[in-house]
Amino acid sequence: MNLDLTDSILYVDAVSVSFDGFKALNDLSFVVGRGELRAIIGPNGAGKTTMMDIVTGKTRPDNGMVIFDGSIDLTTRDESAIAALGIGRKFQKPTVFEGQTVEDNLLLAVEGPRSAWSSLFGWRSRVTVDQVLETLSTIRLGDLKHRLAGSLSHGQKQWLEIGMLLAQNPKLLLVDEPVAGMTDAETEETARLLTSIAGEHAVVVVEHDMSFVRALQCKVTCLHEGSVLAEGSIDAVSANDRVIDVYLGR
Amino acid sequence: MITFFIRHFDRTAIGFVTTLLLIAVVVPLLNLAVPESSAFHIPTYLVSLWGKYLAYALLALALDLVWGYCGILSLGHGAFFALGGYAMGMYLMRQIGARGVYADPVLPDFMVFLNWKELPITWYFFDHIGYTLLMIVLVPSVIAFVFGWFAFRSRVTGVYLSIITQSLTYALLLAFFRNDMGFGGNNGLTDFKYIIGFPVQAASTRATLFALTALFLALGFLLARAMVVSRFGQILASIRDAESRTRFLGYRVEHYKVLVFVVSAAMAGIAGALYVPQVGIINPSEFSPSNSIEAVIWVAVGGRGTLVGAAIGAVLVNFAKTWLTGSFPELWLYGLGALFILVTLFLPKGIVGSLAVVVQRMKGGSAA
Amino acid sequence: MLRRLFVIFGLVVLLAGGAVRASYADDATLTLKRLATDNYADIELGIAAVAASGLPSAEAVLNALADSRLSYRSADKALFFKDASGSWIDAATNTMPAEQPSGLKPVKVNNRVRRALEAALGSMTLMAADPQKRIAAAEAVFKSRDVNTLAALESVIAKEQDAVVKRHFEEARAAVLLLKVDAPESDRVAAAERLGERGDQDSLALLGAVSEANASANTVVAAKLAAKGISRRLALLSTVQNAWYGLSLGSVLLLAAIGLAITFGVMGIINMAHGEMVMLGAYTTFVVQEIIRTKAPGLFDWSLPIAIPLAFCVSALVGLLIERTIIRYLYGRPLETLLATWGVSLMLQQAVRSAFGANNREVGAPSYMSGVWDLNGFQITYGRLWIILFGLAVFVALLGVIKGTSLGLKMRAVIQNRRMAAAMGIRTPLVDALTFALGSGVAGIAGVALSQIDNVSPNLGQSYIIDSFLVVVFGGVGNLWGTLLGALSLGLANKFLEPIAGAVLGKIILLAVIILFIQRRPRGLFALKGRAVEQ
Repeated sequence: MNLDLTDSILYVDAVSVSFDGFKALNDLSFVVGRGELRAIIGPNGAGKTTMMDIVTGKTRPDNGMVIFDGSIDLTTRDESAIAALGIGRKFQKPTVFEGQTVEDNLLLAVEGPRSAWSSLFGWRSRVTVDQVLETLSTIRLGDLKHRLAGSLSHGQKQWLEIGMLLAQNPKLLLVDEPVAGMTDAETEETARLLTSIAGEHAVVVVEHDMSFVRALQCKVTCLHEGSVLAEGSIDAVSANDRVIDVYLGR
Repeated sequence: MITFFIRHFDRTAIGFVTTLLLIAVVVPLLNLAVPESSAFHIPTYLVSLWGKYLAYALLALALDLVWGYCGILSLGHGAFFALGGYAMGMYLMRQIGARGVYADPVLPDFMVFLNWKELPITWYFFDHIGYTLLMIVLVPSVIAFVFGWFAFRSRVTGVYLSIITQSLTYALLLAFFRNDMGFGGNNGLTDFKYIIGFPVQAASTRATLFALTALFLALGFLLARAMVVSRFGQILASIRDAESRTRFLGYRVEHYKVLVFVVSAAMAGIAGALYVPQVGIINPSEFSPSNSIEAVIWVAVGGRGTLVGAAIGAVLVNFAKTWLTGSFPELWLYGLGALFILVTLFLPKGIVGSLAVVVQRMKGGSAA
Repeated sequence: MLRRLFVIFGLVVLLAGGAVRASYADDATLTLKRLATDNYADIELGIAAVAASGLPSAEAVLNALADSRLSYRSADKALFFKDASGSWIDAATNTMPAEQPSGLKPVKVNNRVRRALEAALGSMTLMAADPQKRIAAAEAVFKSRDVNTLAALESVIAKEQDAVVKRHFEEARAAVLLLKVDAPESDRVAAAERLGERGDQDSLALLGAVSEANASANTVVAAKLAAKGISRRLALLSTVQNAWYGLSLGSVLLLAAIGLAITFGVMGIINMAHGEMVMLGAYTTFVVQEIIRTKAPGLFDWSLPIAIPLAFCVSALVGLLIERTIIRYLYGRPLETLLATWGVSLMLQQAVRSAFGANNREVGAPSYMSGVWDLNGFQITYGRLWIILFGLAVFVALLGVIKGTSLGLKMRAVIQNRRMAAAMGIRTPLVDALTFALGSGVAGIAGVALSQIDNVSPNLGQSYIIDSFLVVVFGGVGNLWGTLLGALSLGLANKFLEPIAGAVLGKIILLAVIILFIQRRPRGLFALKGRAVEQ
């Protein structure tokens, strides 16, 4: 296991959490390697979102370990500290700053000083502007950069949020249901994007869309009732009897 | 920085500051230089009354900074206003000196009346204007800092925050009612005579106070404006609209909130300090929760998140209050109550916000 | 030996009245004449003599003196007193004189005379037939600690049958003996113990007066021991009393907050006009009482039971009106709701002020609300008792409505998942309106109770709104049990802080503590956890 720890970007060991007696996570353990792309599937209530809440510091586990980048204990830190460490998160429901323009959304996300003082007295540098333009072209919202984010379509908001994640330049991206509300073409494009950024960044994707998961061509972890049910290639997992029973159906 | 500032300085803002500077000069002139017989003469009582409105406008501005731009609905901003007011009141009490009824050179009358022998530590140095000015800013800031630090760090938001800010001002109200707090109890501080050596009642002093209030309102506006157009302001708006998203982007939301809360409290304190010498009294009722809520409606009427609107709302509502309580005292609470209801139901953007929408539409521009 | 002699003497003097009368018949008038003077010292001595005389009229004469109804004829110093009907009675014969006496002078009393009178009357009534009178007499002796009554006490103690009365007699004797310097040490120690058993503030004061200067070492030790016991008991009593007051305040808070627990806690509406719903309930009580006073005064004791349903209806209707005209447009915007309902509260206050005036209105207490029930020093006022019971009853009833009725079921369904509930065919707007009306109506009921303990004025509601919100938030939003616990614990904390810090400071401390508490646990004592509560 120790070998795993030093190689891993995210090391989750025996994590449990319960809400009013309901065990959302039950002894959950899994490891994501540096630069790895990982898909997480599982039925509703399997603990996928709770797992993300734990990793990003929104929820504290009752017990267990969450280690980032081989040595950093995440369970004692809060959201902004964890984000500053280099973990970006996209929510299940696309969450962007609706009252601000697409460009401003990205500007807010771009890596750089985050303190209140620097925001009062510092001004945007040339580099960040370039970075924003680059991201805009990656997410294909260049033409809409002066639009208010609130006026975008659902799919465009998903893209914008992914773009914000990219602009953050994190070591680990947690992406919760990125293709919900997207057209097939957009879905394909998203799969391509996520595969392309893996390697440089580690990416954990939670998704229900099995064809999308297949397109990611990566290791799949299936969660059920708060713990890992099966792990392996998409073919191995989707052939697993128990996965078929609880999730895919016969 | 300067160029950036000017770039973001739109016509409304320029108009607002210019108007303020203008009335800071014109009103005192019409009061002092124009003979009383003239139709253009402004009587001294009106100068002070308008000065009071402008002090309220500064309070509204402070409130708009936290509510309009960061979504923190403080129902306790009256407390910071009153604290600044009390700091000024204490200075004015010490300025009375031996001219009081009991002619004690050090102790204010109410302390002599309570048979106190020594000045409480809280009153030390309040005979120095410099120290007083420091306290006017420092006391509200420190209380806002401590309160905000605890509240925002533990993520008390929305309604819960409103309720505990209300409790804060209520607790202070009870505290200041107590005689042994040493702030004049029920009666508060009054019967002021001199301010920095000038007689408080004199027309020239009052005109100067008015001009100062207008000036400070303009300064407060510029400061608030500078904050909200900076990246800081952009992040404040992000916090207001999607707090947890901001947090997940790595921003320390609580730092931003505490900072804006403290700046706002300091502005409210200054407003209170300008208010007290013009109305001539400060008592614990300034802490009453209803005062703070009334300030919220000024902002709502003018248009929250517009700064200019907050100030205009404060002046308009208080003008209406003066007029109604004078002419139809029965109607005032109905009017104020209806204002609360109608503005929230039909004018959620307030006067200035709605006007902005109309102007946009006439220009044919899109909302962005 | 001496003591026995004393007893015999007492018996002779007091009990053998008939014999005395027979043998000293001529002295009777002489004894009475000792009162016929202007000299207070003589009167004082005369009182003792009359008390000891055994005359049939002795008690009547002394009572008359105490009430300034006693006079004497300057001519022959014959005593007369006025009876209840106001006619003169001859003290010597205890009958009405043949002719109206004239030339009468009143016998005057000063404080010393009055003290002597009390002691004398006390010892005389020690033998009264009515046990209540005997107890009163014992208490009078307890207070006066007149050494002269000791003999009488000893004799009545010996033959008293009633245990309660006997205990009072013994306590009175103990009070006399404890500070009687020449009493035997064993008696004084026993007295100290006796007073320790009695255990009230008076005994504590007596025991505190014992010192080396006036008692032997053993007596002092016994007194100290007894005093300590009493202090401990009194401390316990005051704790119990504080707990009771706290419970009573807690139930007031519960009443004020419980409607809010529905509108705010369950529906998430910040109803700043909640206090005014309470106020409307209080004014309904006032109106009901006014009508009863003019139309059917006999029904006064029924005024509260009549007012309860009416107050519920009035407040519920107003609540319904507010929900339909204002709040329903503001769902999901809590801060706007706060402002709009604040506006409503201002208008309601002004409306009530216009209708009923700005001054406090008098709401009377029915007979069963007044009075005190004394449990061995622990005082229970019926008013408080009723309010506690009423608060709990309202709580239970509300719990029943939510858990047991179809409206309650629909309410819970709408709260948990509005869209799903709508899809199931529940008319959610109707449920919203009814829920709000229910919360408002309960506030109205609270107003009936609060009208009994608070001033009924247009500002009534304002004084409860902040406390109510704190109770609901403290207890945990969306949880009626939390509200119950929140209200009771805040009430208790307040009353236990009061003696330490004073009423106002105690309240301030409590506010500070709650503010800190909310910051520690923003969702209160009984926080719901999990994903459902986020956002």
